[in-house]
Amino acid sequence: MTPTTRTRWAILTLTGPAYLWLACTIFLPLLAMLALSFLDKSPLVPKPASFTLDNYGAYFSKGFYWPLTLWSIQLGFWVTFFCLLIGYPAAYALAKRIKGRWREAIFLLIVLPFWSNALVRIFSWTMVLRSNGIVDMSVQAMFPGAPSIDLLYSYPAVIIGLTHSYLPYMILTCYIALQAIDDSLMEAGRSLGATAFTTFRRVVLPLSLPGIISGAALIFVPVIGSFMEPRILGGTKGATLGMNIEEQFTVTANWPLGSALSFILLAIVLIIFGILYPFLRKQGGEA
Amino acid sequence: MSEVAVKGAVKRYGSIAALDGVDLTFADGEFFGLLGPSGSGKTTLLRSIAGFIELDAGEIRIDGTDISRIPVHQRNIGMVFQNYALFPHMSVAENVAFGLDVRNVPASEIRERVGESLDLVRLTGLEARRPKQLSGGQQQRVALARALVTRPKVLLLDEPLSALDKHLRQEMQVELRRIQRQIGITTIFVTHDQEEALTLSDRVAIFNKGQVVQAGAPRTVYQWPVNRFAAGFLGEANFLEGKVVGVLGHEARVAIPDGSEIVVTHQGIANGANVLVALRPEKISIEPGGSQAPRLNRVIGRVQAAIFSGSSLTYRVSVGDRLFVVFEQNKNRAPLVEQSAVTLEWETADNVVVQP
Ligand SMILES: Nc1ncnc2c1ncn2[C@@H]1O[C@H](COP(=O)(O)OP(=O)(O)O)[C@@H](O)[C@H]1O
Ligand SMILES: [Mg+2]
Repeated sequence: MTPTTRTRWAILTLTGPAYLWLACTIFLPLLAMLALSFLDKSPLVPKPASFTLDNYGAYFSKGFYWPLTLWSIQLGFWVTFFCLLIGYPAAYALAKRIKGRWREAIFLLIVLPFWSNALVRIFSWTMVLRSNGIVDMSVQAMFPGAPSIDLLYSYPAVIIGLTHSYLPYMILTCYIALQAIDDSLMEAGRSLGATAFTTFRRVVLPLSLPGIISGAALIFVPVIGSFMEPRILGGTKGATLGMNIEEQFTVTANWPLGSALSFILLAIVLIIFGILYPFLRKQGGEA
Repeated sequence: MSEVAVKGAVKRYGSIAALDGVDLTFADGEFFGLLGPSGSGKTTLLRSIAGFIELDAGEIRIDGTDISRIPVHQRNIGMVFQNYALFPHMSVAENVAFGLDVRNVPASEIRERVGESLDLVRLTGLEARRPKQLSGGQQQRVALARALVTRPKVLLLDEPLSALDKHLRQEMQVELRRIQRQIGITTIFVTHDQEEALTLSDRVAIFNKGQVVQAGAPRTVYQWPVNRFAAGFLGEANFLEGKVVGVLGHEARVAIPDGSEIVVTHQGIANGANVLVALRPEKISIEPGGSQAPRLNRVIGRVQAAIFSGSSLTYRVSVGDRLFVVFEQNKNRAPLVEQSAVTLEWETADNVVVQP
């Protein structure tokens, strides 16, 4: 055997199981869902189903899907934005300023929320945000007579809850990217006459962009489809496309419509990435 | 071009004094080598001059101006890092242009000066490459071009050649010297390779534990080491401990433990004093046979090991209970066999009295 065929065999045998696993667990169910989205009846209904495009048509004909979608996308951008705003400086401090044992301790604090149950995490936010909750009481204590603050069941509540849930992703991806930037690069920048800020803008930021992008992707996609946080913290006000999809499966049992909406959501995500891709590639691909 | 003066520089890290009262003046246009074992404070001094480290005490002046309060980016210093620290997301030309770009130099002038700079380091034609697409030696040149393009007052290099293989390192040494001569920039160069320091530098300083042990022209420091550390660090040395048994003018006879006597030339040496003498291995001549009559600066010994290294041989010769190291050029003589008796001999001028 020539070395190339041997390498090819090695690659095949090493990656084969993983591909097989992915094919079985992701691709096949996804295909089944795709097929489902073109049926006119749920598989739960004991009648033969036939092919239809109505499920997709419903999305475009029913007026309320579009605002839901828009809010979902907005939510995705806001949460990604706040995660970046809070997460990047934290990651920077962690990677470049804090050394030794403190770093591990702070890392633990960041990952800790991940280990708690998501429901518990979200419900604890209701305690914080409701009127007479922790935020409200602290404000009242500091400014007696201030109007009562009730953030629960509002857009900000949803954004706060989701930002909290997804912040660790941004911190971790940015941390990894920043960590990989040698301190001597920053020193080189300053020795060449750049201020600390210019060095950050011209050297650190471009080199950490891949971390920002992967963090954003990791956050944006699930946030757009999120339903738990919007339901618990946003109530009826924060309704998202994700919530509606979830209802199609769990409440109204209209699986074909749920599937169709899921694929529309997927298409929207792909379109957004398609639009951003050339820009991201130009900025981050070179690093 | 500029003169850099360091006065009473002290920098402490907890209980360690990385710099413990360093006084050094780097003359205008000079190539100055900082030499010393790892952890002796060379990097700390270099980084203090660059402005990355703030001294606890002392001052650094460039052309007479105290620069302690001037931030790094305003010091106009060129620095070459050990790992080159090239910006991986920029091309060679962009890397070199960086220092001009942040100074808002007009684009046409940037292009011109980047071209000149790359010309100086002989890298013309590689402008569009990324650092990753360059060999180690080429990266080194880019780093040098980038540091020089802003016409800095001082060029600082921290072990710039240690990542290169031997052949490339020698080539870069020559290049570095040529470039430094060509633009005449004051250059401070850190290395732990003594040969490199000796070949390149106009002057060297030997560091130990945050202090300058000795500074001067390489030849002077090599010939007249002030103490045991300097003699042992720069090149190899045999150390002979002895007692002065007779003084005549500036010359003194010193009895060494094996019973023979050597002669040293020294100012103000007293009878009965204990002295330490450094003797370079290449100054000793070695001859077969051990029956020669006793003489000053002559000892009889036995070859313990003969190590062949191409152009030269290293002998380890036991004399009494001491071991002498002797270098000999590889001439047309059969190597002396181990365990054979030999006579070692040298000149009075080769005995250098050093501080312990
Ligand atoms: N940031 C630092 N924190 C603590 N100790 C340091 C730091 N930088 C240097 N040192 C100590 O200072 C001494 C001198 O270091 P350095 O200047 O790097 O030596 P060299 O470059 O000669 O090898 C060493 O003992 C080193 O451990
Ligand atoms: Mg060092």
